[in-house]
Amino acid sequence: MFGWEFPPHILGGLGTASYGLTQGMHNNGDMEITFVIPKPFGDEDRSFANIVGANCVPVAWRDVDWNYVENRIGKVMNPQLYFDLRDHIYADFNYMRLNDLGCIEFSGRYPDNLLEEINNYSIMAGVIARTIPCDVIHSHDWLTYPAGIHAKNVTGKPLVIHVHATDFDRSRGNVNPTVFGIEKDGMNQADHIITVSNLTRRTVIDKYGIDPAKVTTVHNAVIPLSDDLLSIPKPDNKEKVVTFLGRITMQKGPEYFVEAAAKVLQKDHNVRFVMAGSGDKMDDMIRLVAKRGIADRFHFTGFLRGRQVYEMLKASDVYIMPSVSEPFGISPLEAMQMGVPSIISKQSGCAEILNHVVKTDYWDIDAMADAIHSIISYPAMYESLKEEGLNEMKGITWEKAGKKVIDIYKSLINK
Amino acid sequence: MKSICFYFQIHQPFRLKRYRFFDIGNDHYYYDDFANDDIVTRIAQRSYIPMVQTLLDMVSEYKDSFKCAISITGTAIEQLQQYVPEFIDLLKKLVDTGNVEFLSETYAHSLASLEDPDEFVNQVKRHDKLIKELFGQKPKVIRNTELIYDDDIALTIASMGFKAAITEGAKHILGWKSPNFVYNSASAPKLKLLLKNDKLSDDISRNFANTDWDEYPLTADKYIDWIAQLPEDQQIVNIFLSMETFGEFLPHETGIFDFMKALPRFAAEKGVGFMTPTEAVAKLKPVDMLSIPYPISWADEARDVSAWKGNMLQREALNKLYSIAERVNLCTDLRLKQDWEYLQSSDHFFYMSTKTMADGSAHANFSPYDSPYSAFTNYMNVLADFMVRVNEQYPEEIGNEELNSLLLTIRNQSQEIETLNKEVKQLRNNILQADDANNEQIEVVSEEKPAKATKGAKKAPAKKSAAKKTSAK
Repeated sequence: MFGWEFPPHILGGLGTASYGLTQGMHNNGDMEITFVIPKPFGDEDRSFANIVGANCVPVAWRDVDWNYVENRIGKVMNPQLYFDLRDHIYADFNYMRLNDLGCIEFSGRYPDNLLEEINNYSIMAGVIARTIPCDVIHSHDWLTYPAGIHAKNVTGKPLVIHVHATDFDRSRGNVNPTVFGIEKDGMNQADHIITVSNLTRRTVIDKYGIDPAKVTTVHNAVIPLSDDLLSIPKPDNKEKVVTFLGRITMQKGPEYFVEAAAKVLQKDHNVRFVMAGSGDKMDDMIRLVAKRGIADRFHFTGFLRGRQVYEMLKASDVYIMPSVSEPFGISPLEAMQMGVPSIISKQSGCAEILNHVVKTDYWDIDAMADAIHSIISYPAMYESLKEEGLNEMKGITWEKAGKKVIDIYKSLINK
Repeated sequence: MKSICFYFQIHQPFRLKRYRFFDIGNDHYYYDDFANDDIVTRIAQRSYIPMVQTLLDMVSEYKDSFKCAISITGTAIEQLQQYVPEFIDLLKKLVDTGNVEFLSETYAHSLASLEDPDEFVNQVKRHDKLIKELFGQKPKVIRNTELIYDDDIALTIASMGFKAAITEGAKHILGWKSPNFVYNSASAPKLKLLLKNDKLSDDISRNFANTDWDEYPLTADKYIDWIAQLPEDQQIVNIFLSMETFGEFLPHETGIFDFMKALPRFAAEKGVGFMTPTEAVAKLKPVDMLSIPYPISWADEARDVSAWKGNMLQREALNKLYSIAERVNLCTDLRLKQDWEYLQSSDHFFYMSTKTMADGSAHANFSPYDSPYSAFTNYMNVLADFMVRVNEQYPEEIGNEELNSLLLTIRNQSQEIETLNKEVKQLRNNILQADDANNEQIEVVSEEKPAKATKGAKKAPAKKSAAKKTSAK
């Protein structure tokens, strides 16, 4: 598997989904998974997958000894693997900027030279494909499609690509031609395409012109939360708290949340609204809040990480995700796991599998405001969404998703 | 001789419009007139009118050998009067044949029998009054909303003087007993029970157009044959159906109307007759007592009341609604009373059922909402506004009992004023009579008259304030 993010160092939902799926597949048994990420930190959970860091894969020969390697990258990779990989270098990449081990450095984030990093990742994938035997290649999101294609060409094994998002979601329709090109190329070359929702499946079929027969939806799931997180105490708020949590970007529809908040506050002043996260629309949102005159009741927390996210959720009475276009959207599931009633837009992929949430159109701020008001005013609404939501989450497991992916693998291998 | 007892249910709720929380306190009209008009008209054209026409044809062809019963709710009548008045005329025509019996039920197809027995009695009375006015019949047999029934409800029904009640007879309720007999209630032995024959009713409503069914296609002679072949002692077969079954759930093209029309002919051949519920309970003797401790209904697989009060949302909405029942009954505002009636329709609670998501997909088909949660939100917003209006009439701070005693005093006062007025009148008459006898005293009388009238009027307010003082203590 080629991925870009892996917990605990994640920037978005991609990492969480990759982690959950890998774990779910592992739990189905009889499977050995190698998961390649650009830059491991050494604190990843390796119990169910062999994690290989792209920045530890040599693409040019360096004469180094065992101890030196052990010293340099021992905490993220077994030195033996380094030497195995070094035996499979397939071309001379000395013209590139390499480090003392003959490896390419990766940031593992989304830097400005992202396209260059994607290309480097695919060069590195050639070495891995020649070294580590596999039956199926699985690429998570467009960043790793070129690597997957490269590995497929080297090994001749079937390529599965996993579409967690498309550029149509990220850009509200104004696609970046380069990104589109990479995505389209990946989809064309893939033997099978897995999408995270039917919504995304439709995009792949309609916008990328892919044969529907080779596109399957496997909905994301959630990993049960640890007791440590679940036992975070709920602060004793006198006021109700309504929370938006995510990147503040055009895709997430933050302005609709602000407008709905303004509507609620006209009627009920005993509510606080929180926009947690950061993003390029944050300044616009702060201006909009000021313009609507609700700044005393509307708060920005900035980017939250790790435990802070769950503390924020626990303090919330309503979670809202008004995304304009959300391929899946794993965060409402997390909110429901924490027992927070959720409002999601009908334009989110997770709306396809969730029943005990309120669904509104992302533009329908009246409906959204009404739903917020209902949850904070009618205790039965709150309790029902909370209890039923918790129950619902128990049935959405990565094991089931993993099983579906394994079935797809099997059908490809037996072709 | 075996008999078939047909009963057809007609009900339409006043569907609520989308009512946002910012409308609370500003907008006191709750109904989606467009949707109501649209749905009622459509169903009337597709189902009610052709069905009643079919029944009319059957009665005119087979005369007294065909009979049936109809139950129609007050909310349905109101909407049909407004949108499809020709249907009411048609019904009247059917009533005039004398072969159709109207059943009693709650005015708004409400759940009052489960929540508030007093309210239930009131609603049944209101419904029966309307039926009497429109069709000139006084219903003698009752069918509660969705055939909801238990021993407690039986007591209430019996106390209202009904001879019989109609309820569900599904297998897992009756056990080894057969629904094809008349029973009586364990709690109110004088009340007889007619039980729905589940299988034969379902064969029409569910299986008629089901091509996967092994008995498909269902023909009238086959159907009558099944009934004729029932054991000799089973004298009555109760087929209870929603009238929408004909023409709406089972479209005209399925041949359902022809099936109905052919029934009496084959019935006559096989010696099967038709009866109305009243005839059935008059002619047949109850064979056994039936005790039903928990409420049953004709809905869903479980035949219980979980479709209306199965989840938290429904229970909350019902509790909130009936928490103000007493206050609303104190009100005299007609519009308020009307809204109170409409808001009780069981349909509003049906839409909130979360069973949609598992087995009861039937719920989703009928709901104008996209989820139980939006149904709940909308209903609660409307209810919140309604409660505001009730509060405006009688502020919440005054306890129900206190309010009651105040209202009682006022009522007593007005009664007293009335009696005093009567007295005044009588005295006046006496005086007038005295006048006739004694023409000389005219002047004295004219002085006395106004004096007495003011005396009576003054007396009342004084007593009123005294009563207020005592209750404040």
